[in-house]
Amino acid sequence: MSEISYQQISRDGLWQNNVALVQILGLCPLLAVTSTAINGLGLGLATILVLVCSNITVSLIRNLVRSEIRIPVFVLVIASFVTAVELAMNAFFHDLFKVLGIFIPLIVTNCAILGRAEAFASKNPVGKSFIDGLTMGLGFTVILVLLGAMREVIGFGTLFAQAHMMFGETARWITITVFEDYSGFLLAILPPGAFIGLGLLIALKNLVDQGAEKRQKATTTALQQAEA
Amino acid sequence: MPWHNMVIGALILGLFSVVGTGLVALTFKGTAPRIAENERQALLHSLHQLISPDEHDNDIYTDIVTVTNKALLGSKSGVNVYRARMGGQPVAAVIASSAPDGYNGSIKLLVGIRYDGTLAGVRVINHRETPGLGDGIEAKRSDWVLGFNGHSLINPEATGWKVKKDGGQFDQFTGATITPRAVVKAVYNTLRYYQQHRETLFADGLTDSVDVESE
Repeated sequence: MSEISYQQISRDGLWQNNVALVQILGLCPLLAVTSTAINGLGLGLATILVLVCSNITVSLIRNLVRSEIRIPVFVLVIASFVTAVELAMNAFFHDLFKVLGIFIPLIVTNCAILGRAEAFASKNPVGKSFIDGLTMGLGFTVILVLLGAMREVIGFGTLFAQAHMMFGETARWITITVFEDYSGFLLAILPPGAFIGLGLLIALKNLVDQGAEKRQKATTTALQQAEA
Repeated sequence: MPWHNMVIGALILGLFSVVGTGLVALTFKGTAPRIAENERQALLHSLHQLISPDEHDNDIYTDIVTVTNKALLGSKSGVNVYRARMGGQPVAAVIASSAPDGYNGSIKLLVGIRYDGTLAGVRVINHRETPGLGDGIEAKRSDWVLGFNGHSLINPEATGWKVKKDGGQFDQFTGATITPRAVVKAVYNTLRYYQQHRETLFADGLTDSVDVESE
């Protein structure tokens, strides 16, 4: 188990075992907050922070905590970090905090975090757990932002609207109005849009994987033919 | 599992609870002043959209009175009334009433009323109405809510305080009548409350809990 390489951990987290596209974990925040790209980014960063902190802590204490009480200890660790992050966001990104609202405390119930603590951090050294948390979180965040961007462009006709909530007043220029005078497409903003969008993203990932597999097969057969 | 293992397990669990709680407590202590300041700024920002800062010289954030009136203010719990004064003279009151009968739960409002009973403005501060249909009540989505400015109980008459579909003079939205209907009714009721209690609301030295229940 401990022979797993950093490259493999990163590939797992970002692509092969992506939290949102492959494990399909953390659906509740994923579907609920991704009505805009900035919302997705905000929740994604909070999740990364919690995931990295909890993975490091769980890995540090993995030999100290006996297996009978590991689940309550992990939950305690995660809940403490989430509450700390929630307070910090309320203090430093107040507007964004108000938009994300209930979904910050709900990070506690994101199975991806407890899942990584149990499946990875409790069995691996600190460095690898850190990379695992970081890449799993990044993989999740990328999907949150992508899905948010898709829904925002289709639903509101803008991209990165309200960027100033996160990066301050100077970031207003990031906001792009994709379609002028766009009346909006309600379906994309409402929950069905989230399901359809996530479905499309999963399909896209499978398509890419299949394409890669085919190409690999083609090269192997070509090589075999060349050898023969 | 032998009993001493249980004790050790419990001790470890207890230790983590203490450490976890400590972390949360420290963060809370560190961020509490900033959070309070943020909330103050956010509320002041909303209040100042209704009553401009140069119209009053008191601290509108602390000059409040809490009142309860479920029938007219739409909430069982206490409702804050922020009072704006200039040189001690009442200028306006901002009542944080709510519309209890929105399409999806209650809609929280800030209703700014000038001393003479005309509306300085209305803002929706919290709602769960359908995005794209009912959320036109937000000032940033449409200017519908600005249509209240300058109105009062006599302008229009009671029959006009309804959405157009019900024979009144306020617009509804395409696909959403319940939401604007609820807001119009809540604003009208807040105005009625203000008319009945104006003098008590501005009473001097009164900073907490006028418990006036009527109707």
